[in-house]
Amino acid sequence: MSQANKPLILVEDLAKTFTLHNAGPAIIPVFERLDLAVGPGECLVLAGDSGAGKSSLMRSIYGNYMPSEGSVKVLHDGAYVDITKASPHEVLEVRRRTLGYVSQFLRVIPRVPTLQLVMEPLLENGVAREEAQERATALLTALRLPTEHWDLPPATFSGGEQQRVNIARSFIREYPIMLLDEPTASLDRENRAIVVSLIKTALGRGAAMIGIFHDLDVRDAVATRLFQVTDFKTAA
Amino acid sequence: MNAMTAKIETAPLLRVEGVSKWYGHVVGCTDVSFEMRPGEVLGVVGESGSGKTTLLNCISGKLTPSAGSVQFETSRFGMTDIYALSEPDRRRMQREDWGFVHQNPRDGLRMRVSGGANVAEPMMNLGSRHYGKMRQATIDWLERVELDTRRIDDRPAHFSGGMQQRIQVARNLIHGPKLVFMDEPTGGLDVSVQARLLDLLRELVRDLRLAVIIVTHDMAVARLMADRLLVMKGGDVVETGLTDQVLDDPQHPYTQILVSSVLQI
Repeated sequence: MSQANKPLILVEDLAKTFTLHNAGPAIIPVFERLDLAVGPGECLVLAGDSGAGKSSLMRSIYGNYMPSEGSVKVLHDGAYVDITKASPHEVLEVRRRTLGYVSQFLRVIPRVPTLQLVMEPLLENGVAREEAQERATALLTALRLPTEHWDLPPATFSGGEQQRVNIARSFIREYPIMLLDEPTASLDRENRAIVVSLIKTALGRGAAMIGIFHDLDVRDAVATRLFQVTDFKTAA
Repeated sequence: MNAMTAKIETAPLLRVEGVSKWYGHVVGCTDVSFEMRPGEVLGVVGESGSGKTTLLNCISGKLTPSAGSVQFETSRFGMTDIYALSEPDRRRMQREDWGFVHQNPRDGLRMRVSGGANVAEPMMNLGSRHYGKMRQATIDWLERVELDTRRIDDRPAHFSGGMQQRIQVARNLIHGPKLVFMDEPTGGLDVSVQARLLDLLRELVRDLRLAVIIVTHDMAVARLMADRLLVMKGGDVVETGLTDQVLDDPQHPYTQILVSSVLQI
């Protein structure tokens, strides 16, 4: 990472342990003493076998999981916000404008038409309806989602189509920081290429990204650095 | 024109401090504290008997707490302890600044007057006397909640459960409240109707920047509607936090049971 650029994500001494109270309690350590930093234009790809804690790390950065120790600082409006200590409304504000997360699963209110779903994040940010519709239309077109699908809710779409709706909902906000949890998991080759170009465009305008990709083509196309989560495995 | 800079107001709209309610020696809720800001949606979840409704009633001015205070940013008096207001002032504040959507529309509607009159009544209560203006506002709101405006003069009983709930929503939003309480608003509805109503509520909350306290035992409704959650058990708040954090990485033993008990379809 270049010295001149401040990291957009700064993770320090992070640890995550799950405590399942109703199973003993069972204590499941995932990782500890984990440090990482990601600067503008960088795409850090998390490596490690299934179960290594890649998703747990990503969710801890998003504030979706509660880390047991350490801090996750993200650069929001020019100042660092520690996600692990920020109040819920601060985290929501950071997520609304700075920190995006693309999961493998589309989770939305049933029976809402696709175009509406893709416009929604912009409307939430106060973008005017016409502009939101324009941008949503452009993105759905770029993702090659058939026009006849736009007025339908995505529940009956194929896995790949739902995934593209999900990607559209995340990329439309043009976040400075994005977390990508296998965004290309159920996509065919051509659509993977489209998503790769979206990711590259975002990196080109200086976004910082952390990604999990099982697909090696995608990984090689976008990764600027690999990060072994297993290096921080809690000693058993 | 560019409204990209929709900033959050940091001043709280509602401040609940150490609210407890005992019914004799029976605990309703114990030492509940939280704050809310404009545009925030707070979900209160927990099983029946956990104190959700007691808490809602204490905060919404229906049930005087045994201890603690409920302060609200009133239009008329600024930040005020609502139980320090005189009875008429408090009632007036409730009519002006709040809405309350009941689970059963029959509890929130007047069944003997038309759907349209139900929607218009809050305006009349606040001093509106211009019939034409009130009728127009009513028609606007019926459209907004997607009801057939030709049925403006039908009585609530002639509408379906889902439609009655829409009338209740319109009645509680027409006067432009800052804070709306919702007690299981989709509780008595078919799932098909539930989804549309949830979407409608979300849209209204976003467009009007409403603060909402929604009580529900349905984790799916909580996930879709609420920004953050209070989990209650035996009158205590056992866990609070961002909705997705509480549901995906619950910390308290009770929340872990609650979340893992949700049926998957």
